[in-house]
Amino acid sequence: MTDKLTWRDLEVGNILLKPGNASERRTGDWRTERPVVDREKCNKCGLCWLYCPDAAIKVVDDGYYEPDLYYCKGCGICAEMCPKGAIQMIEEEEK
Amino acid sequence: MSKRVALEASFAAAEAARMADVDVVAAYPITPQTHVPERLAEMVANGELDAAYIPVESEHSALSACLGSAAVGARTFTATAGQGLELMHEVLFVASSMRYPVVMTVCNRALSAPLSVWGDHSDVMATRDCGWIQVFAENNQEAFDLVLWGFRVGEDPKVLFPVMVNFDGFTLSHVTEPVILPEQSEVDRFLPKFQYPFALNPDKPMSHGAFGPPDIYAETKIAQEVALRQSMEVILQGWKEFGEIFGRYYSPVELYRTEGAKTLLLTMGSFGETARIAVDRKRDNGEAVGLISLRLFRPFPLDQFRQAVKDAETLVVFDRCISFGGPGGPVFSEVKSALYDQEKKPRVVNLIGGLGGRDMPVKDFEYVIDRGREMASEGTTEIFETVGIRGE
Repeated sequence: MTDKLTWRDLEVGNILLKPGNASERRTGDWRTERPVVDREKCNKCGLCWLYCPDAAIKVVDDGYYEPDLYYCKGCGICAEMCPKGAIQMIEEEEK
Repeated sequence: MSKRVALEASFAAAEAARMADVDVVAAYPITPQTHVPERLAEMVANGELDAAYIPVESEHSALSACLGSAAVGARTFTATAGQGLELMHEVLFVASSMRYPVVMTVCNRALSAPLSVWGDHSDVMATRDCGWIQVFAENNQEAFDLVLWGFRVGEDPKVLFPVMVNFDGFTLSHVTEPVILPEQSEVDRFLPKFQYPFALNPDKPMSHGAFGPPDIYAETKIAQEVALRQSMEVILQGWKEFGEIFGRYYSPVELYRTEGAKTLLLTMGSFGETARIAVDRKRDNGEAVGLISLRLFRPFPLDQFRQAVKDAETLVVFDRCISFGGPGGPVFSEVKSALYDQEKKPRVVNLIGGLGGRDMPVKDFEYVIDRGREMASEGTTEIFETVGIRGE
């Protein structure tokens, strides 16, 4: 969304007068791997949700956990922490 | 009533910061700047100045602390010299990009190696592109005046840039001269309270220092460049108001006996005072010689400078710094570039001297004028010549 701003639109010192606007920015763009949850193995313990440094793991309706790929940067901490080995990191190139 | 007191430039600058009622001083001592923070620390300790004095472990930390202080809207002052300015280098750019109007005095000092604590302009010239407003004082009174003026201009909501007040190490920093100190009421009339419009405040959250990916970084830099150039209006207004209150008038390009001058000498900083005597001698001898002191270095006063030199035949630029492997001394190459596409312009030649505290007496400036004129008439192809350096 910043690609629409001209230099005249910027605040002095590029200050952002509206804080907490990260939710508007697609920050998952540089991900090279994405987490994929295997629901057969998942026991809904929520450790992935707890450890995600970007709060990009969401609880979905049926109580399972899914990554929000709009923000997930693919760090793999969720996969590392999962006690059931239910999260696999797969290359973004792969389907 | 104002009073006339004997002060070295370092104490004059500290006195200006005190009268400006600074809120925060964060500085690290380094020769020849030491007396500036030392005196301010003393004032804070004695209760003469109600400010936070932050002792830091380096110049990098000194300026970083100043940025934090300016971000909450505190009037902030620091000082450095030589290696200290270079250790601050990366933070200099952050200060100007984030538009924090810190005022800093730099007691100009040579750079190592070999180790030298003495004066020249190598330190400030290495920071030419840091985005600060940069001015040069010629004497101790000017050091005092420009610090006050620096707060007035830097903190103006139309400006919001840090201001670097340069004065020569030892030549000014440690030499006692008469300085006129104004009444506090006059200072208060000239310098309103700092009201930073974007002060960090938990009740009104905002983000300072967000990162700039490729789709926005270039726009931020152009906005900064435009704003620095546009600060010229407030710079001039600040000097005008200063003159009206204190009776001393300043301009970006100071002229001395330039009327009808065929040869102009250009200097920056304290050497201008010695060069004036050389100009007087030349004038007494019937030679049409004048002096230009470049007071404002950033933003570069293109219009005023071009106007000042357009009728001269020769402009002799005296640099106190070598641009290693470059197209001449730093001031010379800037000045030459400023004139390149002008129809009416003098021939510009460059002499370099006064490095690392090497004295430049009047006769040396007479030589600079004579030799500069010769270089121009000979059509020299040398990028620069030196003065007072053995082995020429």
